[in-house]
Amino acid sequence: MRTLAGVEDEDKWLAEGIAGIQHNAFFMHRALDANNLREVLKYSALMLSELRTSKLSPQKYYDLYMRAFDQLRQLEIFFKDESRHGLPVVDLYELVQHAGNILPRMYLLCTVGSVYIKSKQAPSKDVLKDLVEMCRGVQHPIRGLFLRSYLAQVSRDKLPEIGSDYEGDANTVMDAVEFVLQNFTEMNKLWVRIQHQGPGTVREKQEKERNELRDLVGKNLHVLGQIEGVDLEMYKETVLPRVLEQVVNCKDKLAQYYLMECIIQVFPDEYHLQTLETLLAACTQLMPTVDTKIVLTQLMDRLSNYAASSPDVLHEFLQVEAFAKLSNAIGKVIDTQLEMPIVGAMTLFVSLLTFTLRVHPDRLDYVDQVLGACVVKLSSVPKLEDARAMKQVVALLSAPLEKYSDIVTALTLSNYPRVMDHLDDGTNKVMAMLIIQSIMKTDSCISTADKVEVLFELIKGLIKDLDETNAEELDEEDFQEEQNSVARLIHMLDNEEPEEMLKIICVVRRHLMTGGPRRLPFTVPPLVFSAVRLVRQLESQGGDIAGEDVPATPRKIFQILNQTIEVLSSVPCPELALRLYLQCAEAASDCDLEPVAYEFFTQAFILYEEEIADSKEQVTAIHLIVGTLQRINVFGIENRDTLTHKATGYSARLLKKPDQCRAVYACSHLFWVDDPDGIKDGERVLLCLRRALRIANAAQQMASATRGSSGPVTLFVEILNKYIYFFEKGNPHITPSDIQSLIELINNEMQSDNGNTTIHSDPFFTSTLRYIRFIKQKGGLMGEKYDPIKL
Amino acid sequence: MVLVLALGDLHVPHRAADLPPKFKSMLVPGKIQHIICTGNLCIKEIHDYLKTICPDLHIVRGEFDEDARYPENKTLTIGQFKLGLCHGHQVIPWGDLDSLAMLQRQLGVDILVTGHTHQFTAYKHEGGVVINPGSATGAYSSINQDVNPSFVLMDIDGFRAVVYVYELIDGEVKVDKIEFKKPPTTNSAP
Repeated sequence: MRTLAGVEDEDKWLAEGIAGIQHNAFFMHRALDANNLREVLKYSALMLSELRTSKLSPQKYYDLYMRAFDQLRQLEIFFKDESRHGLPVVDLYELVQHAGNILPRMYLLCTVGSVYIKSKQAPSKDVLKDLVEMCRGVQHPIRGLFLRSYLAQVSRDKLPEIGSDYEGDANTVMDAVEFVLQNFTEMNKLWVRIQHQGPGTVREKQEKERNELRDLVGKNLHVLGQIEGVDLEMYKETVLPRVLEQVVNCKDKLAQYYLMECIIQVFPDEYHLQTLETLLAACTQLMPTVDTKIVLTQLMDRLSNYAASSPDVLHEFLQVEAFAKLSNAIGKVIDTQLEMPIVGAMTLFVSLLTFTLRVHPDRLDYVDQVLGACVVKLSSVPKLEDARAMKQVVALLSAPLEKYSDIVTALTLSNYPRVMDHLDDGTNKVMAMLIIQSIMKTDSCISTADKVEVLFELIKGLIKDLDETNAEELDEEDFQEEQNSVARLIHMLDNEEPEEMLKIICVVRRHLMTGGPRRLPFTVPPLVFSAVRLVRQLESQGGDIAGEDVPATPRKIFQILNQTIEVLSSVPCPELALRLYLQCAEAASDCDLEPVAYEFFTQAFILYEEEIADSKEQVTAIHLIVGTLQRINVFGIENRDTLTHKATGYSARLLKKPDQCRAVYACSHLFWVDDPDGIKDGERVLLCLRRALRIANAAQQMASATRGSSGPVTLFVEILNKYIYFFEKGNPHITPSDIQSLIELINNEMQSDNGNTTIHSDPFFTSTLRYIRFIKQKGGLMGEKYDPIKL
Repeated sequence: MVLVLALGDLHVPHRAADLPPKFKSMLVPGKIQHIICTGNLCIKEIHDYLKTICPDLHIVRGEFDEDARYPENKTLTIGQFKLGLCHGHQVIPWGDLDSLAMLQRQLGVDILVTGHTHQFTAYKHEGGVVINPGSATGAYSSINQDVNPSFVLMDIDGFRAVVYVYELIDGEVKVDKIEFKKPPTTNSAP
């Protein structure tokens, strides 16, 4: 039994051991040179006795062992050359067994055995059998391990493999396999026993040291993998069962884990596929402390890579029903290992899903099955709280999104939403965002109302408040990002068939209406524009659609639009609603639906009158109303008059005079439309312009009163430009003298600015005059019109 | 050689999900010296995205823009050109070139860049040039029935401006170019 030792002590012992080896080696070499067999044997035995120590840790023992190993190579050369020592190898084999202690005896025997086999005076298998059994005499774990390791090393090139020198009738591959298996089994037993030495405090150190020895054991498996002649049949019938037997029976966590890994890595994937059931059965029989997840994951990773290596391989997977077997094994592991935390089970499902997506991407039923098993497991815990487990579930849900570039595919998995339901609200939203991002990234188009329904159910965490209590907690920026994502998503929903598109719009609308006032300003506009686009599509396809019951009509859609925009009053956001009403008004006009367009304008005016209070907003709003109204040609005289009257009225009542002035002259365009059959009421145009002029005058006077000097002449110059505009359009009520007077007025205003005669220049006025000069110079009809005007 | 990107009326996310991928791959950071934007982005995310293409971003207010602090119009000088920027919903009738010419005279600029109609135009008149880069996303417009995504790249070199218009038609990016020269006088009339 090895006692607790300090490192310095161990170094001392190692140094002593090395010194011992070197000392005896020196004499051994002298004897070798003299061909003195007796002396050789004496000193080699003495040298090998150093390996009898029990004081060294594996690392240090290895150091000592290597030095002995080097010397044994020399010894072997000597043994081989009968002319030097005179003894036939058979006799030599007999002679070395007289060495006093078993360990040196065995090393010598193995060395001679190597020569014996090479001489072919006895079948390789017989010698090997003899040696592997005699090694049993050394039961000390470390010493035994290294001894058997030595045996493995010297025998490696002497195994009766197919194609080797040592193959024959008496020697077969089976014998080689048998030999290695036996050595492996014994080595594993020795290795496992190491942990049973010493009290608990020593155990941790021993575990580390045990790990250092593992490759000695594992090497045997490598050899088994390399032996020529070990085919699938032999692997299946003999090699694997024997190895697994040892693995399971040794009941040692370290050994089981390491050896399973070894098996998976050493033997070909093809073999694993064909022995899948056996392999998996062993996995379920491992000690509960073994991290089976990692073993199974490694196996699945290797099989995934194998599947990817060539397309022909795939039918093998189907033939052996790989998916079913793996699925069952994982299920079994999860069910039997009751102490496995939920994160472990989730990790396994992620691995299985990864495998499935790589090997059977076309089998959506398999994918759904994995998700289904996950749902069952998640349902068995009251509430998922472990953050790491949550992360695994997100990974599970993300995998199909990444694999299938067509998101719609993921949407058809029936268990997908069920898995999502088990996420907590925060993670649910994260997942919903991932889904949306996937759709955006792949430029997917969702084209049926059914799929849209499923999609919006999946992302319901973003659409509405799932839990009333934490509705307030969200960071403002994050919230906006979420809602903008939902908004963008709406543009990815499209179908060329108007019927289906309308269905989609209705589905979306139903979901969005549950969003509450915080969400509506983000989500309603894209819905509205989606619907307006549909209206335009219907219009362009012609109003005469053959067929009686056509649910998708512009009128119907406008009804929906009206109701939708109305909901914004609950937020409230009147400015946005006003803009949307105006968009609909213009769309309705394009469809020749006068009452509908009129209704939208009415709604817009109501908002203007009652809800929009900020003066800057009012200016923009009135310009939008006037701009829209100017373009619309569906109204009959009465309706048009009502609306223009309102628009002009409100324009004149804006808060600030300059704003009034500008809005009023903008209204002048309401009475002059450049289309062939557009309105051209020159008189009312002039009325507007004169009204604007009066307001500009008033503004100028106010400026004098308050500041003592005139304000800028900008407004007058703007009005002048409008006079010029309509003059050029041929408004008969605007005469050259009107323009001339206005020019003079502006000149006067500029002079009175400083009270002296220097003319202040206004660049806008200057460029306007320049324009007039340009037209006059150009001549022609237009130039002639300007003749009366003198600058 | 100074490259100026002119674009606008993206209407994200109200009317469009994003810029067309073909445009996005063309708009590489570091190649452009200035961006002038006619407005209606509409959200901060797009503003930030544009800033990654070029930090010198000039933008004016469109009627759907989320940020109400953008100015109604803006002027700046690049090379020998004075540029004016205004969304255009303020100029009635919308898209009317004579009325836009008036605004141009008022701002006193050689090139007026304006939007709102979602229709690319480059119009030369007595007072200068009016350029409308259209809608970079091809967003729905009540004014224009047939909208293709488009934007403008101006190469300004002293008194010369070459205007490249990029339009996405049936999935292909088509490029056209127009050249303007400004006579080296104090009067801004090219």
